[in-house]
Amino acid sequence: MTTIAIVDYGIGNLRSAEKALQFVGADAFLTSDSARIAAAEAVVVPGVGNFGACMSALQAGGLAEVVRDCATSRKPFLGICVGMQMLFDGSDEAPRVPGLGVLKGNVKRLSDSERLPHIAWNTVAVSPDSRMFSGLGKNPWLYFVHSYAAVVTEESVTTHWTSYGHRFVCAVESGNVWATQFHPEKSGSVGLSLLENFVKAAS
Amino acid sequence: MRLIPCLDVDAGRVVKGIKFVEIRDAGDPVELALRYGDAGADELVFLDITASSDGRDTMLAVVEKVAENLFIPFTVGGGIRTVDDARRLLRAGADKVSFNTAAVNDPDLLARSADEFGEQCVVVAIDARRRNSSDPSAGWEVVTHGGRTPAGLDALEWAVEVCRLGAGELLVTSMDRDGTKVGYDIELLQEVGAITNVPVIASGGVGTLDHLVAGAVEGGAQALLAASIFHFGAHTIAEAKAHLALAGVEVRPV
Repeated sequence: MTTIAIVDYGIGNLRSAEKALQFVGADAFLTSDSARIAAAEAVVVPGVGNFGACMSALQAGGLAEVVRDCATSRKPFLGICVGMQMLFDGSDEAPRVPGLGVLKGNVKRLSDSERLPHIAWNTVAVSPDSRMFSGLGKNPWLYFVHSYAAVVTEESVTTHWTSYGHRFVCAVESGNVWATQFHPEKSGSVGLSLLENFVKAAS
Repeated sequence: MRLIPCLDVDAGRVVKGIKFVEIRDAGDPVELALRYGDAGADELVFLDITASSDGRDTMLAVVEKVAENLFIPFTVGGGIRTVDDARRLLRAGADKVSFNTAAVNDPDLLARSADEFGEQCVVVAIDARRRNSSDPSAGWEVVTHGGRTPAGLDALEWAVEVCRLGAGELLVTSMDRDGTKVGYDIELLQEVGAITNVPVIASGGVGTLDHLVAGAVEGGAQALLAASIFHFGAHTIAEAKAHLALAGVEVRPV
């Protein structure tokens, strides 16, 4: 069984991610221990709420470095929601707090022309040859809860898109790093299939 | 459009019978939650109506079990009085918590909760009653304790205030319509929608599939909550979604 460390830095509902990964056959466990994170075959970083609060909590737990190391290694890595946002250079939500800088770009607030937070199931326009969305069709439905989203400035990164007020990147694949603005662990059978793809990539 | 069945839980058991086609009500919230999940519900709300504190721990165990097996979002409301109460439920696996009476008594509780968990976790349930049942221009008052106690607040002003404090979503229940099956209070939904900028969940009064359509199209709600129409087997989630889709409302296919 593939060992997957879910980075526990005291933020949010981590149980869902753990249970969902276990459901699709991974040996997933919550941990705040750098050594266990480094030793796992794959790493998942969830996150909800405020970008600055999440980054501070990650740093306070002494976990920012190991998370960055894992993301820049060849180890399969999945960031979810604010766990995706933290991979970028920074966020308008907390302008003075740098992100992990693993992916190029910044996180911006969604258009105020729509009700925020964006809480909804949306269809995702999947880019061709996606490993993350393999077997899920061209326009799968996934569950979103957020007010910010990444603006990706790196062309080599595969981007998947959805719309709320305007189009935005809702998932990326860049080598070993996968990240989703939506919550696969809360997106029913489609989300579970996506997590299964991640577990397969890690085994 | 999200379609949200609501389950009332008392001391760990679902009350109000729930009947799925050819399956007898087991009263087990975990079992019923999973069935609604499989049937295509977009989200679930559990309302803990337990009076005793022992029952609250039971609810925590229910939430843990639901979270182990249900992979769609769910909100827990009822009797959440403190940030600690909310934290326990979120840690147990709830995605959102819904505040009602406690927010009226201690509005700052919303700010403290939003600070700690993020506004996306903070739902405020507003139980609203018309001042004049036939004249929406007379406005709505907030009521608590299942509609028995007027809170001395104007529902629309309260909606604005809770958003300012940190509500990420409003669960707006018409106490005039709740349990009547005559449809949502459309004017109430319109008014709340017009003065706030967070998602609004329509609640109270659904008796037919057309009522769901009205909540979305006329009421302008972002999510539709219903209980008895699903629980008693009158309609399935699939039928409701098909009906909404026919009316031009975008829904996630079952």
